[in-house]
Amino acid sequence: MARIAILDYDAGNLTSVLRAVEHLGGDAAITRDPAAVRGAEKVIFPGVGAARASMESLRRLGLAEEIRRAFAAGKPILGICIGCQVIFSESEEDGGVPGLDLLPGQVVRFRFAPAVSRKIPHMGWNRVEFAPGERHPVFAGLESGSEFYFVHSYYPRPRSENLVQGTAVYGGIRFAAAIAHEHLAAVQFHAEKSGPCGLKVLENFLNWRP
Amino acid sequence: MLSKRLIVCLDVRDRKTTKGVKFKENIDLGDPVEMAERYYREGADELVFYDITASAEGRPIDIDMVREVARRIFIPFSVGGGVRHLDDMRRVLLAGAEKVSVNSLAVRNPEIIAHGARAFGSQCMVLGMDVLRVGESPAIPSGYEVVVKGGRERTGLDALEWARRAERLGAGEICLNSIDADGTKAGYELTITSRLSKAVGIPVIASGGAGAPEHIYRVLTEGAADAALIASMVHYGAYTIAQIKKEVAARGVRMRLRW
Repeated sequence: MARIAILDYDAGNLTSVLRAVEHLGGDAAITRDPAAVRGAEKVIFPGVGAARASMESLRRLGLAEEIRRAFAAGKPILGICIGCQVIFSESEEDGGVPGLDLLPGQVVRFRFAPAVSRKIPHMGWNRVEFAPGERHPVFAGLESGSEFYFVHSYYPRPRSENLVQGTAVYGGIRFAAAIAHEHLAAVQFHAEKSGPCGLKVLENFLNWRP
Repeated sequence: MLSKRLIVCLDVRDRKTTKGVKFKENIDLGDPVEMAERYYREGADELVFYDITASAEGRPIDIDMVREVARRIFIPFSVGGGVRHLDDMRRVLLAGAEKVSVNSLAVRNPEIIAHGARAFGSQCMVLGMDVLRVGESPAIPSGYEVVVKGGRERTGLDALEWARRAERLGAGEICLNSIDADGTKAGYELTITSRLSKAVGIPVIASGGAGAPEHIYRVLTEGAADAALIASMVHYGAYTIAQIKKEVAARGVRMRLRW
């Protein structure tokens, strides 16, 4: 069984995540089988798409429960994009969708001040400022101000600042782009499409021995 | 704040990168996968592959090439040319491309944009459009008409109306190529780029006419483009990506300078 399970829950294209992990020498497989997730050492929870459809698929496939179990057991989890959003309590997308509630917080839509007009989704390369001080191992060695590739219209707003490892700014809104809590790390950007800096996040996750 | 993107375009035919002027004479420039990897390492923000003969020859895109690119580069890339239906899009995306670009297919069948956006998400759907300056008329109020087949066939569609319609249908991005500017190396078509970029709420990539960093600077500022597409500037070694980015950034445009 592959050491790393990449969750497939009909939330977009996972090939690029698998390619990036393989490139780094990781042993990973794309799976929708809860048993495979249970047997894996680590879990990558990627995805693009809408919150409601994602949550419905996770429940239907039995993966929602499996992720909660993995989280409770302290298994290392890396959420990417939608995987960085559904870990929170709820999202305001699609008229309000309850999330997995692994971490307290909301997922909200970009709302700009009238004088600020910005295109949505927030798509492209943006700088992530990492907070000074002690870094979670998944974000070790990354220079503050490194750029990552984003594609999203909603962003996570964790209840506690302590969860936030790195932030980015779009249209005057500073939002959490890198999140960590014990064995759960999550990034709003696409680490698998963010060049060497993104690969560093994945490499850190692969090498992490909590 | 987002950085403006510098995107390198590789026109591919028979597994070779090629470059033609106004879609006419073409010469081979090298292996697209190796070139893609080089541009990735040199700091390209994104790559675009156009299979320039797939459509005319009625054959599907070279999926093996897409797969090979996805194994070697870790930035977004889009694939266009030869996309005939939803299944072709699915194959391209599953092979590891981030986005798929439709051009003449969308002109023939605009609903394909909506179908693609529903199936795979708007963020994967790029509308490619070639426009020709024709002068304002009741039929073409913007003065720019959408053309297909490398400019040989006019469609009767107004560029701005087509862009807005594509956005409503679910396009996530527009790549606007000026047939007048393409291949001239005299600069992008700033007028239509700026008007179109301001008319839609989705990112616009400017294409056609890049010959110097100055042109890129101007299209990203006056032209209001979110990204600039280049090809021959780097294909022939006249410039490096880093050099272009540094020059544009030095004039106050935010670019990704470290990777």
